[in-house]
Amino acid sequence: MRSPVARTPRPGGRRRSPTAPPRTFLWTRRIFLTALTGFVLLPVYVMFSSSLKPLEDVSGAFRWLPSELTVRPYLDIWHTVPLARYFLNSLIVAGSATVCSVLVAVFAAYAVSRYHFRGKRIFTVTVLSTQMFPGILFLLPLFLIYVNIGNTTGVALYGSRGGLVLTYLTFSLPFSLWMLTGYFASVPRELDEAAYVDGCGPLGALFRVVVPAALPGIIAVAVYAFMTAWGEVLFASVMTNDTTRTLSVGLQGYATQNDVYWNQVMAASLVVSVPVVAGFLLLQRYLVAGLTAGAVK
Amino acid sequence: MRGRARLRRVGLPYLLLLPALLLELLVHLVPMVIGIVMSFKELTQLHIAHWGAAPWKALGNYRVTVDFDAPAGATLLHSFVVTCAFSVLTVGLCWLLGTAAAIFLQENFRGRGLLRAVFLTPYALPVYAAVITWAFLFQRDNGLVNHVLHDQLGLTGDRPFWLLGDNSFVALLVVSVWKTWPFAFLVVMAALQSIPKDLYEAAALDGAGLIRQIRRITLPSLRPINQVLLLVLFLWSFNDFNTPYVLFGKAAPEAADLLSIHIYQSSFVTWNFGTGSAMSVLLLLFLLVVTAGYLLATSRGRKSADA
Repeated sequence: MRSPVARTPRPGGRRRSPTAPPRTFLWTRRIFLTALTGFVLLPVYVMFSSSLKPLEDVSGAFRWLPSELTVRPYLDIWHTVPLARYFLNSLIVAGSATVCSVLVAVFAAYAVSRYHFRGKRIFTVTVLSTQMFPGILFLLPLFLIYVNIGNTTGVALYGSRGGLVLTYLTFSLPFSLWMLTGYFASVPRELDEAAYVDGCGPLGALFRVVVPAALPGIIAVAVYAFMTAWGEVLFASVMTNDTTRTLSVGLQGYATQNDVYWNQVMAASLVVSVPVVAGFLLLQRYLVAGLTAGAVK
Repeated sequence: MRGRARLRRVGLPYLLLLPALLLELLVHLVPMVIGIVMSFKELTQLHIAHWGAAPWKALGNYRVTVDFDAPAGATLLHSFVVTCAFSVLTVGLCWLLGTAAAIFLQENFRGRGLLRAVFLTPYALPVYAAVITWAFLFQRDNGLVNHVLHDQLGLTGDRPFWLLGDNSFVALLVVSVWKTWPFAFLVVMAALQSIPKDLYEAAALDGAGLIRQIRRITLPSLRPINQVLLLVLFLWSFNDFNTPYVLFGKAAPEAADLLSIHIYQSSFVTWNFGTGSAMSVLLLLFLLVVTAGYLLATSRGRKSADA
C-alpha cells in the first residue's frame, strides 16, 4: 500500500536516502501517532461515553459501552449543583480578565518594543520572573490585602468576581508580554512612522497600525488568558463564596457528596469543556502563528 | 512647548506600563513582601485576624521547617524529594513526547491537521474537567484502568488503589504528562516552522538520512527554544497545585505530596500561616537559585557552542 506521504512536494530526496528507509520511518510514525492518539483520547472517550450512561453503569464495574443511552445526566447536572450560576460566574470572570489582560499587555508590550527607557530591563525581568512564583506564597497575603482593602475602603474584592478578575489578569501577563513584545518587534517601524506622518499620535499608531498587524499574536494571547482564567483552581477555591463560585470549584460539588454521580460529573465536565475546546481549536492556528512570530524569535 | 513635548515623550512609556506595573504590585510584589514578613511572625489562628500585630518569631518558623528530625521538617523534606522527582519526570516525558510528535507532524500528510487538533485537546480542556475525568478512570472499583488491567488483561492479582498509597505517584505523573505535553508539542511545532526548508533539501542532496537530518538540523535549531521550554515546564510542574488538588482532594497521599499542596495543607488545616509562609519562601528561594543557575549554565553553553 502506498502511503499518502508519497505526494509531499519533496519526497525524492528522502525516498532515495540510504540511511533512513522511508518505510521504517512511516511505520514508526504510524505506530507512534496511533498510540499517542489513543493516550490522548482515552479520557475524552470516557468523559463522553459515561455522560450518556445511567447511574448503575458508572457505579458498578466499568463498561466500555453504555447499557442504554440516556440524556438524563445532562438534565440532572443543572439541579444537583447550581451549575448555571457557576457557568455565568466563570464566563464573567474569564471574559473580563481576558479583555483587561490583553489591553494591559498591549500597552506594556508596545512600550517595551518601541521605546528606550530607564528600568525597562528590570520591568521585563520582574514580570517574567513572577512566572516562577509559587501561587501558594502570595495566596494568603493577597487574601489579607483584599480583606483589608474591603475593610478600609468598602471596595469588596474578597469574595467578589472583581477580585478574581484582578488576580487572573496578572497570571497571563508574563506570557502575554513576552509574546507580544516579540510580535510587535517584528512589525516594521516604518508602519508607525507612516501613521505619524498621517497625523496619528503614539496611541493612534498603536491601535491603527501595530495592533492590526499583530492581530494573530493578540488573538493567541487572548486565548491563553481565557484558558488560564477558566481553568484556575487554587485562588478560586479561596477567593470565592457561594454566589461568586466559579466552575473550577463548583464542579467538585458532584464529587464531594457521599454518592458520586459520575455520569453527571462527566456530563458537567463535557459541558464546561466544549466552549473552551471549540474556541481553542478554532483559534489554535493563531497560537502557532503567534508563537512562531513572537516567542520563537 | 518643546519641554512639554519632551516630557510627554519621556513619560509615555511609563504611562503605558502603569497598568501592568500596578497590577504586578498589587497581586505579586506586595503580597510577596507581606509573605516574607509573615514568615518571621507567629501566625496561628489566634493572631491571624490582627496579623500586623502578631508577635515576631525571628527565624523560629524556619527552624521548625528545616528541622528534618522533627515530623514537620521530615514530611517537608519528603515532599521536596517527591516534587523534584515528579518535576524531572514530567519535564522529560513532556519534552520527549512533544518533540517526537512535532517532528513526526513536520511533513505534510493526510490527516495531519486533524491529529494536530487532537493532540492539542488535553491542553485546551479546563484542568479540573480533565483531572476529574482521570480521577474517574483511576477509581478502584468502577474505573477504566483497573477494568483493563485486572478484569480484561488479568495483570494484577487484586484491584490496586491508584489514588491512595504508592501508586498515586504514577497516577499523578500520568495525568500531569497527559495534560502538559501538548504545550511542548505546540512550542516545538512553532519552532520547527521557522527552520528554512532548503537546509533539509541541501542535507538530503548530500545524502544525509532522516536520523542525521534530525540530529544535525532539527535538534540544534531547537536549542534556543528548548532552553526556555524546559525551564517553563519545570517551573510549572514544580509549582503545580491544580492537578493534585483535583485528583486527590485536599489531602494528597504521601507518595504524591507535592510541595504546593503540602504547604496549602499545613497552612489551612493546622492554621499555622507562619510556618506555611516560611516554607513558601524557601520554595521560592530554591526556584530562584535553580533558575539562575540553569540560565547561567545554558547561556554559557550556548555561547561556547556558537564560538
